[in-house]
Amino acid sequence: MAVAAQPSREQHEPGTVPPTLALGRSDPQTLSLGIAGDWLLASGTPAPASIGPRLDTAGPAQRLMIDARNLGRWDTGLLAFLVGIQDLCKTVGLAFDTGNLPPGAGRLLALATAVPERQGARRGEARPDLLTMVGRESQSLWRSGGEMLDFLGQAMQSFGKLLIGRARYRRSDLVDIVYECGAAALPIVALISFLVGLILAFVGAVQLQAFGAQIYVADLVGIATAREMGALMTAIIMAGRTGAAFAAQLGTMQVNEEIDALSTFGLSSLEFLVLPRMIALILMMPLLCVFADLMGLLGGGLIGIGFLKISVVQYVNETLHGVGLIDFAVGIAKSVVFGVLVAVAGCLRGIQCGRSASAVGQAATSAVVTGIVFIILTDGLFSVLTNALKI
Amino acid sequence: MAQTTSAPEAHITVHDLDMAYGSFVIQRDLTFTIRRGDIFIIMGGSGCGKSTLLKHLVGLKEPARGQVLFGDQDLWRAEPEDQQRIMRKFGILYQSGALWSSMTLAENVALPLGEFTRLKADEIRRIASLKLALVGLAGFEDFYPSEISGGMRKRAGLARAMALDPEILFFDEPSAGLDPISSRMLDDLILELRDSLGATIVVVTHELASIFTIGNNSVFLDVDTKTMIAQGDPKELRDHCPEQKVRNFLLRGELAHAAGAAGSG
Repeated sequence: MAVAAQPSREQHEPGTVPPTLALGRSDPQTLSLGIAGDWLLASGTPAPASIGPRLDTAGPAQRLMIDARNLGRWDTGLLAFLVGIQDLCKTVGLAFDTGNLPPGAGRLLALATAVPERQGARRGEARPDLLTMVGRESQSLWRSGGEMLDFLGQAMQSFGKLLIGRARYRRSDLVDIVYECGAAALPIVALISFLVGLILAFVGAVQLQAFGAQIYVADLVGIATAREMGALMTAIIMAGRTGAAFAAQLGTMQVNEEIDALSTFGLSSLEFLVLPRMIALILMMPLLCVFADLMGLLGGGLIGIGFLKISVVQYVNETLHGVGLIDFAVGIAKSVVFGVLVAVAGCLRGIQCGRSASAVGQAATSAVVTGIVFIILTDGLFSVLTNALKI
Repeated sequence: MAQTTSAPEAHITVHDLDMAYGSFVIQRDLTFTIRRGDIFIIMGGSGCGKSTLLKHLVGLKEPARGQVLFGDQDLWRAEPEDQQRIMRKFGILYQSGALWSSMTLAENVALPLGEFTRLKADEIRRIASLKLALVGLAGFEDFYPSEISGGMRKRAGLARAMALDPEILFFDEPSAGLDPISSRMLDDLILELRDSLGATIVVVTHELASIFTIGNNSVFLDVDTKTMIAQGDPKELRDHCPEQKVRNFLLRGELAHAAGAAGSG
């Protein structure tokens, strides 16, 4: 009746005897399971389930005894197999006897089964169906909407406190953050807006040249940059750069219990951490936006003057004529709102952060995503609004 | 001692407290009293909710049911201003120190002083240095938390917790990650704080040596039954507690070990 089991993997180190299994009967009440060869993780071991059908056909018995006379080397591979056999015996109602297993293996096996599994600790939840998942998602969406409103309300309250001079935050923090999201962002803002101006001019030039109207490149670049692109590009850069940084900073503070330490001292994390970040962005975004506008115009001018051979005076005149102060004002007004949005998204996700390293990563990611979605939505709203108001 | 002769008043009273994360109950029906001047130990096996209980006591987590009273004021039913006032009497040492990482050690200690006292800047600076010197960190005023070792961070955290001369000091696993000597020094410091400032001290720990050196009152949380199964002086509990689980814990598993040896021998 002895059958050599197929090991799960055929690869063996030289000098290793492949593990084999043999099911026999030593007396009428006892089945014996002979294990022989080297039972090593590295070379693979038979699966315990492979014994199951053979136990069923082996006829009635009281117990199963391990026969390890010909066992060679062994490690955790053998133990994992035996634990499986033990469970199997329990389900078919056989007593399990370690027989002449090496004493070390017997002790480890006893240790593995000494502490019963804690009830309710295993997370064996079945995969929820579609309806449950949709329900859960909508609940969490509803909750996160509520949390956002709650956060906005608290932020407004702390602004109120700031106005009457009762907000508690460190001036030196504010200075650091202003530097970090203002001056330190200049190079990247300059580069991106310069290139966007350049690209706008190129795209326009190809079309306008067909009508001999290349002089209008100046209007195109000027209006697009002042009204839209300057503010929009700055906001997206800041969402990726500063929003993510805010979320990661606050998230790490959450992980280190630093935010707990603030609140048990009676210091509001809203005033202490969120307020300076919002103030910094509200102050810096319009400045960055003006700078981005100028760089965009410069980029467009380079193409207009260098590529389309428009004279400097003509280009400047056309720009002055085509772009009004109101266009710049619209862009700058937007940038202030975008600043608030970036700060809110970053700080909200940071404060909500869980207490692990991966949670900080998620917080940074969702800060950028939330920030950019807010920005684009608000920009659309602004377009409708300015159109309706005819400005 | 005056404290033992004239029956000291209850400082913190926990009444019928249930703790839960969502629908997952951690502990239920906790009722105990911490007297003024006690060094009160919260003990129990890993994962039984010791740190969670501490969060309920310091006002970071709202109870699922029951009350946490300071004197006769319910921390969770008090008006926000009263709650702030109660919490301002706390000093808390977090497990990892929880120093504000963007500030130097001196700034960490100085921040609460600056926010809640009318001291002038140079006085604050002097007091911050004094508090750091008390925990053996003189000269480290201008270091950032990331530049010092874990044990030093913990001591700096203690200096910050002591900044406002709190009435109640909470310690979350104070000796975790400390070498035996530093851990002993911390125990001495805790005793000194109680005796000199008259502070009430609540400690979450499972360090037996500390428990017996400093503790004079305690509660034992059991992970299986999800409630407290013993309270009182840890030394008494070790020798006379009817619950074998508690005696076994306080004897470092000697009971179970002896029983196991007797059973197999």
